[in-house]
Amino acid sequence: MKKFTPRSLQTIIIVLVSVGLVAMALGGFFNTATSRVGQFIVNAQTWISIRYVAVVDFLTVPRDVASLRQRNTELEAEVARLQTQVIELQERVTETEVLSALVDFARANPVNTYKAATIVGRDPSPFLRYVIINVGSNDGIRTGMPVVNDRGLVGRVDAVAAEAARVQLITDPASQVNVRLQGSNTDALLIGSVTGDLSLDMISQDANVPVGEVVLTSGLGGGFPPNILVGQVLSIRKLDYELFQQATVQPVVDFNQVQFVLVIINFRPVDITPLIPSQAP
Amino acid sequence: MWEYLVSLPVLGLALMLQVAIFSRLNLLYGSADLLLIVVAAWSLQERVRSAWVWCVLAGLLVGYVSGLPWFVPLVGYLLVTGLAAFLRQRVWQAPLLAMFIVCFIGTLVMQTLAFVVLRLLGDPLAFDQSFSLIILPSVLLNLFIGMLVYPLLRNLAAQFHPEEVD
Repeated sequence: MKKFTPRSLQTIIIVLVSVGLVAMALGGFFNTATSRVGQFIVNAQTWISIRYVAVVDFLTVPRDVASLRQRNTELEAEVARLQTQVIELQERVTETEVLSALVDFARANPVNTYKAATIVGRDPSPFLRYVIINVGSNDGIRTGMPVVNDRGLVGRVDAVAAEAARVQLITDPASQVNVRLQGSNTDALLIGSVTGDLSLDMISQDANVPVGEVVLTSGLGGGFPPNILVGQVLSIRKLDYELFQQATVQPVVDFNQVQFVLVIINFRPVDITPLIPSQAP
Repeated sequence: MWEYLVSLPVLGLALMLQVAIFSRLNLLYGSADLLLIVVAAWSLQERVRSAWVWCVLAGLLVGYVSGLPWFVPLVGYLLVTGLAAFLRQRVWQAPLLAMFIVCFIGTLVMQTLAFVVLRLLGDPLAFDQSFSLIILPSVLLNLFIGMLVYPLLRNLAAQFHPEEVD
């Protein structure tokens, strides 16, 4: 039979103490101590981790800045490209809206046949209010044809080349258009000016013309088709000692902004010059 | 020879710029006349021999495009070239001053000529209104743009007539 040696006794004691400690730990007797130790370890781990990441960042930052700068440049280029695209699309939308309005106008006035044109320039002389359009005799344009847009009367073709034509605006100082005041059913003469303002002359003294009266082409003289909108009466000047009343007109067309026009190509102006009696010598 | 050949593209480009851009850039109701400025600047270049050809070509081009009677730009530019030729011999040491004078007097003459002819043709133009709203602003614009255009034409002339080094 074996004897218990002191070494065996020591082992047994150690095992019992260990079991006791485990049992006490499982029983929750060491919670406070373990949590404090754990907290300490976590804090230490966090401290080390942060420093490590900082060192790694420090070592790798230059490469990242370069790549970020490159990426930033790429994105800036992309933004610029997209902004250009947005502007182009906005211009197209505006252009489409204008063209759509012209198409609506043409549909609303099916009696006439239209040829759309773009204004590509203005007369070099500041005394004249002419514009150059990008259609000419090759497109069936002839001298004297009326030019309108979706709002109203613009002018008439003054000269024609093969691929372009010159249009005299109704605001030109030399322009004269026979018009009719819609409400009062009175004829008048619309004339342009150096400043581009429109005025009415030859209004009968008997006519009662209110402000806001609509001005339409009358068709008299054969220069323009009747009933094309021109504008509205802005103010009237009536003096007893004058033969006729005068009025200023607010045109419906913004002549500084107009870009697209329609030429009425089925209208042939009538030359009434031979019918005007010459003055006796 | 080259200065004759280059006249058409240069004046053609100037005419396109005039019709498309400069006619729309208004000061009051006046606008710059790029062709007049080009003709004036070219005529003031020392060794240039083609000034009169440029002048006639510019006059005919503008006369064709504009609603003005065709002879108005032609006569106006001939007067400008004559003035430039006159001044080139007298104020040759101050070309910019000469350009200034030619632009000023040339624009006044050109626009007054246009005004007179249009009046004779029956256009109801009032002189005081035309002078203050069109002629004077046009002079101002031409003076300003003339100072910008002159160096370009001087460089162009230098291409054909490089200065001799002693």
